[in-house]
Amino acid sequence: MDQALASGAKAAVKPIISFRNISKRWGSAVGVDNVSLDIEPGEFFALLGPSGCGKTTLLRILAGLEVPTEGHVLIDGQDMGDIPPNKRAVNMVFQSYAVFPHMTVADNVAYGLKIDGVPQPERDRRVQEALDLVQLGQLAARMPDQLSGGQRQRVALARALVKKPKVLLLDEPLSALDAKLREAMRFELSQLQQKVGITFIMVTHDQNEALAIASRIAVMNKGLIAQLGTPSDLYEFPASRFVADFIGSVNMFEGQLIDDKPDEATVACPDLDPHHIHVPHAVLGQEKSPVWVAIRPEKMNLHKDADAPPSVPECPAAHNVARGEIKEISYLGDISIFHVLLANGRLIRISRSNRSRFDQDNFGWGEKVWVSWAGSSPVVLQG
Amino acid sequence: MALRPAPLEYNRLWQMRLWLFAVFFFLYAPLVALIAFSFNDSKRNTVWRGFTLDYYVKLFHDQDLMIAFGNSLTIALMATVISLVIGALAAVLLWRYNFMGKAVVEGAFTLPIVVPEICMGVAMLLFFTRVLPWPNNLIWPLSLGSITIAHVSFCFPFVALVVRARLASFNKEQEEAARDLGANDWQAFRDVLMPHIRPALIAGGLLAFTLSLDDFVITFFTSGPDTITFPVKVYSMLRFSVTPEVNAASTMLILVTIMLMVLMMVMQSRAPKSK
Repeated sequence: MDQALASGAKAAVKPIISFRNISKRWGSAVGVDNVSLDIEPGEFFALLGPSGCGKTTLLRILAGLEVPTEGHVLIDGQDMGDIPPNKRAVNMVFQSYAVFPHMTVADNVAYGLKIDGVPQPERDRRVQEALDLVQLGQLAARMPDQLSGGQRQRVALARALVKKPKVLLLDEPLSALDAKLREAMRFELSQLQQKVGITFIMVTHDQNEALAIASRIAVMNKGLIAQLGTPSDLYEFPASRFVADFIGSVNMFEGQLIDDKPDEATVACPDLDPHHIHVPHAVLGQEKSPVWVAIRPEKMNLHKDADAPPSVPECPAAHNVARGEIKEISYLGDISIFHVLLANGRLIRISRSNRSRFDQDNFGWGEKVWVSWAGSSPVVLQG
Repeated sequence: MALRPAPLEYNRLWQMRLWLFAVFFFLYAPLVALIAFSFNDSKRNTVWRGFTLDYYVKLFHDQDLMIAFGNSLTIALMATVISLVIGALAAVLLWRYNFMGKAVVEGAFTLPIVVPEICMGVAMLLFFTRVLPWPNNLIWPLSLGSITIAHVSFCFPFVALVVRARLASFNKEQEEAARDLGANDWQAFRDVLMPHIRPALIAGGLLAFTLSLDDFVITFFTSGPDTITFPVKVYSMLRFSVTPEVNAASTMLILVTIMLMVLMMVMQSRAPKSK
């Protein structure tokens, strides 16, 4: 993997997976709409999006379980065309795990090798290896109905990995697990990927999951890729309202671009009181054009009520502040979320981490406050 | 003192217990009497005269009855095999594919279950005399063909229903997983779908077998003079007098049916649950 990254820095790495203008339609319903996407070897790639966005369809097209209406899929440079799923060098972990209920754990894992005609001694060795890899070595003789959900998932993982695919596909791998186990498995999945060193492609609707595991994410919406980037790219520099809203939580303000200079810009937002938001960079939009300002809850500050608005460094006075009232406080332990009602009726979310066991500020319900944010916090979106 | 029954503890109300007893009595007393009197050492069926196995011995020496029994078993076996193939195929096709008029086809499959047996019998009689006269000089067991076909017509919908119900719980991702792991269509069918529907095939097969074995009405209309089945033979014995021999024959039929049903239940309870 390191090698792949090192050479990638110099020249473009040959992609292991290429989607070329893939479309999938059922009658008039569009599942995937002319998607092109390259995935590099060694990546932990996530297709993220709400249900019905086409992410699972794209994965199934790659596996050969679905035939694209248009376009080509290339695996390691080879056009898959009409090649059926059993002849493709990718293996899949299904959402339901699809462990064969009438076979033991070992037989499940051995199935793919048996079909391929791998001789017995080698088969046994590889099955044991794969089971050890997912820490199921002791349970080889069990039947699936004697396993927990997490163990069944490991069987599915071992069963796919034992075939040494070029790419491992994971369809909502963690959605069937309970919350605690899900967190633990996130970590394990990325450990596993580093250990086996092959490309993993995961489909998920859970943005936390994607942010936590993936090295690169394609956010999909309505059959299109809305944005492609690293987790922090998507979170800190969303390209559209959809992405800003879908990844994490966000306070979105509609406004008008009233000043756009090369090194600073100002947006007027009627939702805020006072109205102005200042950003220390150009927006490169038309003056007076409608824009949206997205600010993450953790990038906003609360101030005790005073007559004068708090001053924000490197911002003109009465910019990047707003007056409001705390409507509700959700205490979540590590953080608290404050729901603040702004003067003109907009409700926003502000989160504060509870770093001390004794909160000095001690904000209370119904308290009048000022909200402020640094000039670098807002993301100005034009679509 | 016994506690007052809780609101839903109906089984502790004496009225309910009486009702339950009455139901069981009227359901099983005739059967118990039938079996008991098959051991009665008397030509008449009315008075108990002592225990004997004579009538069972007589039964096994009754050439006609044994031929009828052999016919019944042969017909049941052939009808079961054919019903299994047709029923399972119908179920899999209806489950897997969508096509125009699918609902109509599904309805048509269950028609033989709901159509009154007497109508089926008359229809079969007309069919095999007018439309497709079954030659009556064929060698055994081809001579049983018309009865077998008639039996298949009402047995295979049961197989299809049972298999269909089982298929509803099949996780299609399992078949896809098999394909993904390298299996072709046939291998995926053999290794994943077949094991899943196996208990339904066993249950459906045994159901078809017992239905065919003790069918009287439809068989009565389709059997010829040389193709008497066991139930039809018992009926003809009954026309002369109700002797303990009839009781013994009926007891044998009950015994075979119960054994098959128990076998079916055991096999079904062993089916692995699909996840």
